[in-house]
Amino acid sequence: MSTIAVQDHGHGHAHHEDGHGHHHDTFLTKYIFSQDHKMIAKQFLITGITMAFLAMIMSILFRIQLAYPDKSFPFLETLLGHFAPEGHISPDFYMSLVTIHGTIMVFFVLTAGLSGTFSNLLIPLQVGARDMASPFMNMLSYWFFFMASIVMLSSFFVQTGPASGGWTVYPPLSALPKAMPGSGTGMTLWLISMVLFVASSLMGGINYVSTVLNMRTKGMDLWKMPLTIWAFFLTAILGVLAFPVLVAGVVLLIFDRSFGTSFYLSDIVLNGQVMPYEGGSPILFQHLFWFLGHPEVYIIIMPAMGIASEVMSVNSRKPIFGYHAMVYSLIGITVLSFIVWGHHMFVTGMNPFLGGVFMITTLIIAVPSAVKTFNWLATLWRGNIRFTPAMLFAIGMVSFFISGGITGIFLGNAALDINLHDTYFVVAHFHLVMGSAAIFGMLCGVYHWFPKMFGRMMDAKLGYLHFWLTFIGAYLVFFPMHFMGLDGVPRRYYAFTEFESMKRWLSVNVFITWSAIVAGLAQVAFIYNFIHSIFWGKRTVQNPWNANTLEWTAPIEHFHGNWEGEIPTVYRWPYDYSKPGAEHDFIQQTVPFSQTMESNLPEDFEDNEGALEEQQKWANTQRANEQVK
Amino acid sequence: MAQIQQEDKMALGPKKFNMWIFIFTSFMFFAALTSGFIVYSGGRGHGINLKLPNVFMYSTACIVISSVTMFLASKAAKSLQFAKQRQYLWLTMLLGVLFFIIQLIGWSQLINMGVYFVNNNASQSFIYVFTGMHLIHIIAGLLLIANTLRGSYKNIPQVKNLFGMEMSSIFWHFIDIIWIYLYVFLLLNQY
Repeated sequence: MSTIAVQDHGHGHAHHEDGHGHHHDTFLTKYIFSQDHKMIAKQFLITGITMAFLAMIMSILFRIQLAYPDKSFPFLETLLGHFAPEGHISPDFYMSLVTIHGTIMVFFVLTAGLSGTFSNLLIPLQVGARDMASPFMNMLSYWFFFMASIVMLSSFFVQTGPASGGWTVYPPLSALPKAMPGSGTGMTLWLISMVLFVASSLMGGINYVSTVLNMRTKGMDLWKMPLTIWAFFLTAILGVLAFPVLVAGVVLLIFDRSFGTSFYLSDIVLNGQVMPYEGGSPILFQHLFWFLGHPEVYIIIMPAMGIASEVMSVNSRKPIFGYHAMVYSLIGITVLSFIVWGHHMFVTGMNPFLGGVFMITTLIIAVPSAVKTFNWLATLWRGNIRFTPAMLFAIGMVSFFISGGITGIFLGNAALDINLHDTYFVVAHFHLVMGSAAIFGMLCGVYHWFPKMFGRMMDAKLGYLHFWLTFIGAYLVFFPMHFMGLDGVPRRYYAFTEFESMKRWLSVNVFITWSAIVAGLAQVAFIYNFIHSIFWGKRTVQNPWNANTLEWTAPIEHFHGNWEGEIPTVYRWPYDYSKPGAEHDFIQQTVPFSQTMESNLPEDFEDNEGALEEQQKWANTQRANEQVK
Repeated sequence: MAQIQQEDKMALGPKKFNMWIFIFTSFMFFAALTSGFIVYSGGRGHGINLKLPNVFMYSTACIVISSVTMFLASKAAKSLQFAKQRQYLWLTMLLGVLFFIIQLIGWSQLINMGVYFVNNNASQSFIYVFTGMHLIHIIAGLLLIANTLRGSYKNIPQVKNLFGMEMSSIFWHFIDIIWIYLYVFLLLNQY
């Protein structure tokens, strides 16, 4: 008890000092142009959630079209105006919805919203730093992202509608402004938005890498970092290496669009007119795009993996199974993700030998992924599991990753992919493995670190409701799509009634659409919970989940600098849960081994023979005392 | 309250590291462009099919010398000879601008040879893309040097002066090397 009192005294004192030394923030510097990583994380999160809701509404709009291609919905015309004449979503706008839904989900929600939020929040807090390497650049990163979001959404207010050539913006649809309505101003806005977005991502990524490598607190060597940090770090490396390649591809695309060069264009007849472009190669764009595009899917899933690993370990009250294997598999995924991009291009007339090479690398990447999956399951095995909402979402993430990942093995084979390419099978695959899985990782992070972000708890019951509806809903939406794909139903088709072979799938579409609507409504439970808890949630204690990592040693109250006084020193890895002999079922990273003599193990002293000797001496004395008794 | 230990409050080390990572991103950008060239010219059988104007040799000499003057400026800054530092920085900027102009002259010579940017042989368009994207980096480098120069005139603390000096010279040497890479790449692919 006395130690607690002393600590309290120290707290009050420190606050006092802090009040003097701290410059006063105005509303503008505190909430808007903040350079504090915690505030920037919240900005990213709230913008990301907003974008996610918009993208979700878009998906429900085009799902309505898919389920009822012949029905007229007057409210659609009220909502969308000339994009839905007579209550029917127009074919062009349908393409726009699909395109912008994909773009927003992939880039704005699951890249910026996920990495931006949790890298910003957790990197300085978990490695023990006062802020990022360059807080100013970090602020710019958010504001570039914000501008990118505004520009992307503004394309809905353009007469010809947003970009509509698919989120991969393949030329020629993206390179010829007159190719289709969305290729005009909408496509230009898309390109501007993405340039801003890439700038934002790079600034963020550079900061994350630099902070992790340079600003760790005393004792925090790389092998004492939580898996979240490993995941964010490697994700940032992927982004830093992959996004410039997209810029290169987009620069050439802009030259083709606006200057008349022929990098990607050749032999084109537009509206009966022969275009002057000659000699270009649209496949070149696909190479450049997918060299980013494939690492991008790992940029999406790796933070979710890191978050799930951390949350599962905390809530199983067990060390993560195979910490080193988890790190090495993340590294393996990072390296391999750069040499698999060709599996998106099996049907481009690729040399079959090259296709074979890409097939092998793709199948190899299943190995580290499987290592991670087995380790998660082994972490759960015989754990003392606490089913918090965050834990449920982490388990849900693993579930989606397994069921979506298995179909990846099918699709990775060129011989199967040539049949399944661009069918609903692919849609089902990536919506489960990177869409749902990553979203669940993100939601898991929100539920778990909400107390850290806002100092209050989210309501658990609403969390359970949200989880079960979303989990079941997502499976009901995406699972049937596998069968449509096996039957050869292509993706992105506007009206199933127009094709004899696809008509029989209409009833399935109705089912999927209603599942999507229910799953969409479930998000209302989340957003209500989120907003309500920010203002009126139950106040949290400093370490609500009894977790080991450093962020829970920082005071609940936020201020720029994270810790009063000295940054805590780290003595042990972050996964000392339920260590035999220990007093509690968790030992924070800041507790030195000298305070836990009864639970230390020989392997805790691998590089420290002196301490091992001390430990053995202590054990001998203990034994001697036992004998005396 | 316990005294806060010596912390790197300005995080200058990590900020310098940021520059190194940025150089990686920039390198990836040029690597992507040159790989794009290889994929394009390999797949389509279009080479550059011309001899590059000789003025690019002069611009190369120019930027190599500017790297030397940049190094001398860093050396002067480290030995507290600020007048000399400024002198060499000015010289570096001058050479940078000269490089910029010579590149533009190179473009005009290409145009006189009938090699346009808008071209059905995109291999030739790539020459403009490489040099143009590199020139954007040159502008950024010149701005960095100008910023360091401004700091030097304002007599900012030596720590910050050296920091600015290091940041701008890392970047300047990098764009020097990138140009040599691009030039050699183009020379090897002339025919």
